[in-house]
Formats: sequence, C-alpha cells, structure tokens
Amino acid sequence: MWKVSAILLAAAATLSAQSPRYGVGRPPTPEEIRELRSAIAPDGTGLPEGTGTVAAGRELFAAQCARCHGPTGEGDVGARLVGGQGTLRTPRPLKTVGSFWPYATTLWDYINRAMPFDRPGLLEPPEVYAAVAYVLNLNGIIEENGVMDATSLPKVKMPNRDGFVADPRPDVR
Amino acid sequence: MKHGRPNRRQLLQMGAAVGGSLLAGQKALALETDPRKLGQPLGPYGERSSFEKAVRWTRESKTPETGSSFTPLHDSVGILTPSSLHYERHHSGIPTIDPAKHRLVVHGLVDRPLSLSMAEIRRLPSLTRILVLECGGNSGGEWGATTGTDVQRSYGLVSGSEWTGVPLSLLLAEAGVQPRASWVIAEGADACRMMRSIPLAKAMENSLLAYGQNGEAMRPAQGYPLRLINPGWEGNTNVKWLHSLKLTDQPYMARDETSKYSDLMPDGKARIFTYAMEAKSVITFPSGGQTLPTRGLYELTGLAWSGRGRIERVEVTTNGGRTWVKAELQEPRLPIALTRFRLAWRFDGQDTIIASRAIDETGYVQPTRAALIAVRGTNSNYHYNGIKFWNVRADGRVTNVEG
Repeated sequence: MWKVSAILLAAAATLSAQSPRYGVGRPPTPEEIRELRSAIAPDGTGLPEGTGTVAAGRELFAAQCARCHGPTGEGDVGARLVGGQGTLRTPRPLKTVGSFWPYATTLWDYINRAMPFDRPGLLEPPEVYAAVAYVLNLNGIIEENGVMDATSLPKVKMPNRDGFVADPRPDVR
Repeated sequence: MKHGRPNRRQLLQMGAAVGGSLLAGQKALALETDPRKLGQPLGPYGERSSFEKAVRWTRESKTPETGSSFTPLHDSVGILTPSSLHYERHHSGIPTIDPAKHRLVVHGLVDRPLSLSMAEIRRLPSLTRILVLECGGNSGGEWGATTGTDVQRSYGLVSGSEWTGVPLSLLLAEAGVQPRASWVIAEGADACRMMRSIPLAKAMENSLLAYGQNGEAMRPAQGYPLRLINPGWEGNTNVKWLHSLKLTDQPYMARDETSKYSDLMPDGKARIFTYAMEAKSVITFPSGGQTLPTRGLYELTGLAWSGRGRIERVEVTTNGGRTWVKAELQEPRLPIALTRFRLAWRFDGQDTIIASRAIDETGYVQPTRAALIAVRGTNSNYHYNGIKFWNVRADGRVTNVEG
C-alpha cells in the first residue's frame, strides 16, 4: 500500500515534468554556484580563463606538491604521478597520470577540487593550469614550452585515451 | 568512593581519570552490578552494553582522513548493520555540516535551477528502503596471492541499512530536466568535493536522496545531512554530504571514475562505469579467526546480497565443495539487501573446508576465485565477489584458505 502510493507519486511527478508540483526551493544564488567546485567535462566545458606554463608549474609543484608526490612526481605519501607507460598489460601495472588517465581535463578538475590534500581549493585557475602543464611535461605528454589554457588543455591526447571499455558484466559464469 | 563499591558511572570516570587506559577501562566496565542494588537510571540516548566489544577495523593509512573502516561481520546478527558499525570510506575526512545551513543545488540542463534547504527536502514525499551498501573495492585483497584471514578484513566493506529519503526522480521532475540531459554529476561537500557521474536513467529509476538511516538522521560518517543512494551500485557512487547535482549531456570522467573505480583487465584495457555489485555471500560463523569450542551442533550462518535484486538461493558446502546443500534464508528477503542464511551443522572434529555461494533472482551464480581470475586477471582491484572458503581445523580453529 505504502509502496504503491510512493510509485504513484513518482509516476505523477514524472508526468508533470513541465511544471513544478511541490514548489520547493528557489533559484540558486551566484554565490551558491561559485561555492561549488566547477566540474570540468572532458570536452573542456567548465574550464575557466587563465594560462599556465610548464616553468610556472615546476615552481608551483616544488612549493605545493613535492612534499607528498616527490620532487618530480615519483610519489611518496601522495600518489606516483609519472611513468608506467607500457605496463598496463604486465603483471605489475603502474597506473599514473601518464600511463592510465584518459583525459587531461580530469587532472585539472581533480587538482582544482582536491589538491593540495590538506588545503583543497587553495589554487587559483592559472596555478591549476601550471600544475597540469608540469605534470603532463613530466610524463612527456607536452613540451617544455607547452602552455595550458581552456583551449589547449582539452586538446591534449593522453596516451591511454583509448584504454577504457564499457562494462560487459555479467562476464563470469 | 564513600559509599563502598563504585557504580558504573564512577568507574567510567575512573577510567577517564587514568588517562583512558583501555584495558583498565574495559575491566572496570565489565563488572556486573549487584542484583540486589538498583541499576542505572534512564538516559536520553542509548548505548550498548559495556560487555559488547564489536568494533570496526580501520586499515592503516598514512593520511587518516583518507581510509576505510570495516564492519565486524563476524559479530553481526540479522540483516541490518548498526549505524555506528557501518563501514566507512572517506577521501578527505568527515566534514561537520550544520543541516540548517546545508543546501542542495540542482543545476545544469534543467528548466528551473533549484537551491533547496534540508527542511524543504524533508517536506517532499519520502521513501524508506532496506538496502545493502558495498564498497566497489570490498574483498579487493582476495585478488592477491594471500586471501584475507578473517571475514571483517576481507569482506567488511559491506553493510546493511534502512535508508529514508526522497526519490531523486521526484526532485528532478521538480527542476524540469531538459531533453538534452543524460547524466547527473553528483558532488559532495567534503574537503575534496568528491564527484561522480551518474547516468540519468539510474537517477530516474531508483536513486534516493537519503537523510535517514536506521530510524534516525544518518551519521556524519555516512554523509550527514544528505547523501545519494544508488541501490545496488558500488559505494563510491553513493555520494555523501551531497550538495550539488548538475545535469549534463556527458559523463565528466572524474578522477574517481577513471583513475580509480575502473577495472584493469589482462589485455591492458580498463572497464569504466562498472557500477553494479554482483551477487556475493560469505559465511560469518564459523569464520576465520574464530574457534569452535567443542564438537557438536552449530548454526552455521552468513550473509548474501546482490546489487541486481533478490537472493534466490544460497548453497553451502561443509565438505570442501564435494556437495552443496540449500541453506535456509531468513525472511524478509528484500531486493538489493543483505539476506541472512543459516544451516544447522554438526562439527565432528574432522578438518574440513566450508563455503557458501549465492544465486540471485537473475540466475547469476556467485563464481569461484579461479573463474573470476580466468576472465579478469588479478589486477582489476574492484568488484571481487568470489566464493570464500574457510578451513575448520580438527581442533576447532577456523582459518582462511589460500587460492
């Protein structure tokens, strides 16, 4: 009985999708939207203005990232960020930004939302672009003179870009 | 202590006074009260008996804010996990959130972007469901060469709760989803703003915006004041401390759905968006680390569950897999919920191997570890659901079985 009424309510809500039924909530304020971390799509949707170079990233990395990830991203308390290309099919795969991550936009999104570990949200957009540029350069994905911004970042082709497949389960019988 | 024997509260204070010496505290707490004297008065919020010691086990972490704690399944009864013993997996600590200030923002490809208070969410028609919640990485250690020695450490990233909340479909209808939208990007208000991409079809099917757990507000460690519940899907998609739902036309390829929570196969390709938790079961008694004190009759028991629906049958072997018998299933047998199974079993003092296997309503049979590895290799980390074997030794000790 209880279950049935819940299903009916849900169905009714779906049918009347064009107009609000309960009238709860109000439009979010610009401050509320700003308070959320801007989620970045793989096509670059959501990337803010700003520019970051490999050189600036090297400096920033030494100041903000190296204490956990090692001076050149070799990993410590924080994850290893470099190397591992060509290991995914071996008994000891090394999954790093360079060997495994399919999109460079994910690196921007994750640094922006979650790094540095103890002070997430600290970095300004140009600093995030710079950190991304340096980590990509450490992995040999962009050149020393590479510049990352909202236009160039989504165009970066990560080495493992085509390394992901859909879930075929149930696959074991 | 001028009135002779100290009461329990005084003993508690003594325990605190000696600097929280755990052993001393436990000894003191375990004293029985004199049956001829009055017991403790009533209290506003209950606590368990001081004789009960079941606790979560926390895996060591270099950064304690990111880590996992495991439910003591060997001490569990029934199909619900106390909220205080529900497993945890956090990526940047447990935030303290005032529900009076918390808001959920629904935005992106919607006709009416919404910001809702908790009070407004709680005004909407609610739904209550008993569901299993399992970490995608539960039993991940079993892929390795050494299997887990006890059920808590090897299978304890699973718990069962009654969740109460608002169907997400209802709120999405309220916001008016635009035809172009096909994904919902869910973001939590923890420090790292954990984010996952959820297909709109799931959100419309049975996702829940939960605020209640086991009859009260959910615990901070479980996402207080609001979490997304995606029935049957890996724990990580059940975003805690939910504060943003963004409707989009594509998945956002978050770190926690590409770098993590993707399953690497032997050919070097990784499966992505592996959401469902397949049927699984484990014997919780007798299980690794326990000892049967004598020969004789015991109730063998355990838990089975499937992210794809009801548990249809659980079969148990007590002779190393030579024969399997149907275990009794405790009702209610709910879809996507822990299901308790039982079997009367006589331990005759012979060394033997015991195990369970679950079959769900789709006909799926819980596979062996060998069958899983034959298809997926040993580097996929997530979604291990192999049959767990325990060795009951002649002297009654129970240990894990390798391979």
